[in-house]
Amino acid sequence: MQQIINFILKYKNFLLYVLLMIIALTFTIRAQSYHNSKFFNSANWLTGNLYESTNNVSTFFSLGIENKKLVEENKRLRYQLFNQKKEVVEVEQLDSTQIDYEVFSGQIIKNSYSLPRNYITLNKGSSDGLEIDMGVITADGILGIIEHTSKNFSLVQSILNVRSRINAKIKNTNHYGSLTWDTKDYRTAQLKDIERLVPLNIGDTIVTGASSSIFPENIPIGVIENFEITTSQSSYHIDVRLFNDMTTVKNVYIIKNTNRKEIIELESKIRND
Amino acid sequence: MTSNSTFIIVIRFILLILVQVLVFNNLNFFGYINPMVYILFLYWYPIKDQRFFFILLSFLLGLMVDWFSDTMAIHAAATVTIAYLRPAVMRFCFGANLEFQNFRITNATQAQQIAFLTILIILHHLVFFTLEIFSFGNTLLILKKVLFTSMATILLSILLKTLFSVKKQ
Repeated sequence: MQQIINFILKYKNFLLYVLLMIIALTFTIRAQSYHNSKFFNSANWLTGNLYESTNNVSTFFSLGIENKKLVEENKRLRYQLFNQKKEVVEVEQLDSTQIDYEVFSGQIIKNSYSLPRNYITLNKGSSDGLEIDMGVITADGILGIIEHTSKNFSLVQSILNVRSRINAKIKNTNHYGSLTWDTKDYRTAQLKDIERLVPLNIGDTIVTGASSSIFPENIPIGVIENFEITTSQSSYHIDVRLFNDMTTVKNVYIIKNTNRKEIIELESKIRND
Repeated sequence: MTSNSTFIIVIRFILLILVQVLVFNNLNFFGYINPMVYILFLYWYPIKDQRFFFILLSFLLGLMVDWFSDTMAIHAAATVTIAYLRPAVMRFCFGANLEFQNFRITNATQAQQIAFLTILIILHHLVFFTLEIFSFGNTLLILKKVLFTSMATILLSILLKTLFSVKKQ
């Protein structure tokens, strides 16, 4: 017994180091799988409030640019609305039991794009109605998916994250693939699993696909910048230039698919049978 | 350790975290270089202090930076590693000088000080980027990131170190 205690005392620094290293590695490796970094993210009271208060100062200087962006977006939406062929449904007539998507607004208080796993923190949380697995977009294109929410803040897994997989397709066709990121450049993401028989052109637009229960169909992502056939010769590897400038995004929209719960239940039923 | 130096260490701990997460994490030189100046905490920490407590404190420092930057616990792992290796690095850099009772880092030559800081930073970045990228096994990318980020960190750390150095009496 005495020897054991002596041993521990003699090597206490080394043992402490090993213990702390194991703790750190466990945190890191466990966070690799989805939805595991529950307590360990910047969407909490302390970090959220700190980021929000510093953000209040820094947004002040970009108000002009943000205003211009919002006006541009409004202009585009008006244009679409006035030129719509179908009879436009009046806003008052929208029945809350019949809508498919709810939209929330939010602001980015912490952005990151230089790591392999980038996360973005928003200033809205569960008390504003946000939940896990809602899609986040900007006026230009998609941004990511909510991975955690606290009371007043939420953490978004950016599309610039090696774990991000988003269902995407080539606009006006039905050829689907999944959008990933290879960490090399924050301006381009990679689209995989598009069959090699599909005719492609540089400059084709990529939008979100219909088989996602998170995003509505046809939300813009980017344009094809480059493509080549993979070594296995069966599918394309496509570089997509993103519409969003991930370095300057500020105001975002959060989309809730009201049917998602039902879809998930249905899918899990099929899997269980 | 006097209460005065404890106070300085606490202030330094908080300020370095704030400066790191609010300023240096958002620099993004060339798209990906973010210098990690909070390593200066380990450089400035008193030499003759309780090592056990020092390792624990360094782990906490790394963990706080992780918490703010959503990087799991890789800052913590890298920081605790250099905290554990610090005495060995100091023996390597300062040699016999370390045995003197009133030796301080500010007594060493400028070259020795910079060597000590450089080794700490490179060790830290090696562990950090290996852990950050380990799922793809891309050695060249790791070395590239270590090289460029180390250069930025060393440069800024020396700048901060000179700016906030305690004047000799």
